[in-house]
Amino acid sequence: MKVAPVLVVALVPASLALAIAFGSVDLGPAQLADALLGRGDEIAREIVWGVRAPRALAGFACGGLLALAGALLQVLLRNPLADPTILGVSGGAAAGALGAMLLGVGAAALNLAALAGASIAAGAVFAFSLGRSGWNPYRVLLTGVALASGFGALVGLMLSLAPSSQVQGMLFWLLGDLSPAGDPSVALVVLAACVALAFSQSAALDVLILGEDKARSLGVAVTRLQAIAFGCATLATVAAVLLGGSIGFVGLVVPHLLRLSGIHRHGALLPLSACLGGSLLALADTLARTAAAPAELPVGVLTAAIGVPVLLFLLGKLR
Amino acid sequence: MLEAAGLGVSAGGRELVRALDLSLAPGAFWSLLGRNGSGKTSLILALGGLRAPQSGTIALDGIALAAHRRGELARRIAVLLQDEEPDFWGSVLDYVMLGRYPRSRSAWSRDEEGAAAARHWLAELDLADRAAQGYRTLSGGERQRARIAQVLLQDADILLLDEPLQHLDLRHQVQVMRTLSGCASGGKTVLAALHEPGHAARHCGFAVLLYDAGRASLGRSSDMLTQANLEALYQCRLEAAGTGSFLPS
Repeated sequence: MKVAPVLVVALVPASLALAIAFGSVDLGPAQLADALLGRGDEIAREIVWGVRAPRALAGFACGGLLALAGALLQVLLRNPLADPTILGVSGGAAAGALGAMLLGVGAAALNLAALAGASIAAGAVFAFSLGRSGWNPYRVLLTGVALASGFGALVGLMLSLAPSSQVQGMLFWLLGDLSPAGDPSVALVVLAACVALAFSQSAALDVLILGEDKARSLGVAVTRLQAIAFGCATLATVAAVLLGGSIGFVGLVVPHLLRLSGIHRHGALLPLSACLGGSLLALADTLARTAAAPAELPVGVLTAAIGVPVLLFLLGKLR
Repeated sequence: MLEAAGLGVSAGGRELVRALDLSLAPGAFWSLLGRNGSGKTSLILALGGLRAPQSGTIALDGIALAAHRRGELARRIAVLLQDEEPDFWGSVLDYVMLGRYPRSRSAWSRDEEGAAAARHWLAELDLADRAAQGYRTLSGGERQRARIAQVLLQDADILLLDEPLQHLDLRHQVQVMRTLSGCASGGKTVLAALHEPGHAARHCGFAVLLYDAGRASLGRSSDMLTQANLEALYQCRLEAAGTGSFLPS
């Protein structure tokens, strides 16, 4: 049994425990234990079950979804630099969300606008890359990057037009922020469904690495596989972005961390990506809540601050 | 039995094969000869169900190729492609084991039977001591043999091989031809695109010659691989090789 998979799985409860144990309010070990068991002080119970647990789970779901999407896109597009932002979905959601903020609508309408933006982007990528001869990864990449730049320009325009009172909220959304994240249950269900769906295709994805023709000759229905995996990645990205805004880096780095630790088979890589991505984001969010408490930092800044050195360290070590 | 009728294949706007009737029966070892760009690869891709032909039909046991499910087809036809991704993350054994995908795709149980078969083919192709080595550290010729081992592990009835001898030294050219010949003797159908008429004459009972402009002729190697035919095929004068030209016995 290799060490890395065990560590990654063990990190899941550990990270969630840390996320629940730490926050802007100090709770002692005894108070925490009582609250977890549903006893003692009502305020402590509310902090643990009403605030920290949903937030920890939201972070976990968000990170897991992004890392899973990243792992899928990297094999689909045969590009190590692929990550969820490359689909244009994050950009579309950002444009929708910022537009809603500019109009000053409520949270529900904001989510709806983000969903609409993400759907437009995903639909465009699908429409432009599905040709007569099947799926074209090159066009996926190009369409996604073009859309992302287009939405980026739109976002820039809205930032420059927005009254200064709104700009900070917009920036937090753009950098990724879990503080407005509500109920994580939908995202957790999507995460479980996406992991199960992706896992069911893992053996075929292992073969797809050999190239499309070779995979076909080995019995993989390549176009169907690409549609499933791509749909799965899109759904995961949309669910993550709606929950936490455009949190960068998790989707790019986490699959590479696992590959650098020797995990390449998709049967292991995909579920472990979800575990590691979720754990890392839950931890990063704990840090974002506590480092400058009572102020909160945007969690996307911390994922990059943690992810970049870890990846560079591994790259250097395994040269 | 893989049968093509009235087959037309084009690539890049050029007609490569016109109205070809070809019937590949079990136990036959076919060579496929022709100049560069004559359509050998396109024909193999069409016969393997990887490209739709421009015209005509290809049938496996009387049923159109396109009507077979991919997974079913992969258990019947194995294709060695000319070009493949040169990079692979794992060992030579990991790489070869992907040839088991059509028969064993369980993520949970170890495929002991497949691993034993993979080791058998690696040993057959002189790669037994390379099994644990990283695939990307192999030489070009060793990689080619690993690719052939993967195709053989697929254990299909029909083997279509696009330039199986590329990158191979003399010893391993003969070894691969003998292995393929053994497959044909065992009842498999083998078709290999080759650039060495000598190998074709020695090991293959039948030959397909692809001329320019879609013309093809086919038949027994003894009838097809004459000096006149080969000179017409390669558009150059040939003479019987004398000193300095060797083929392993």
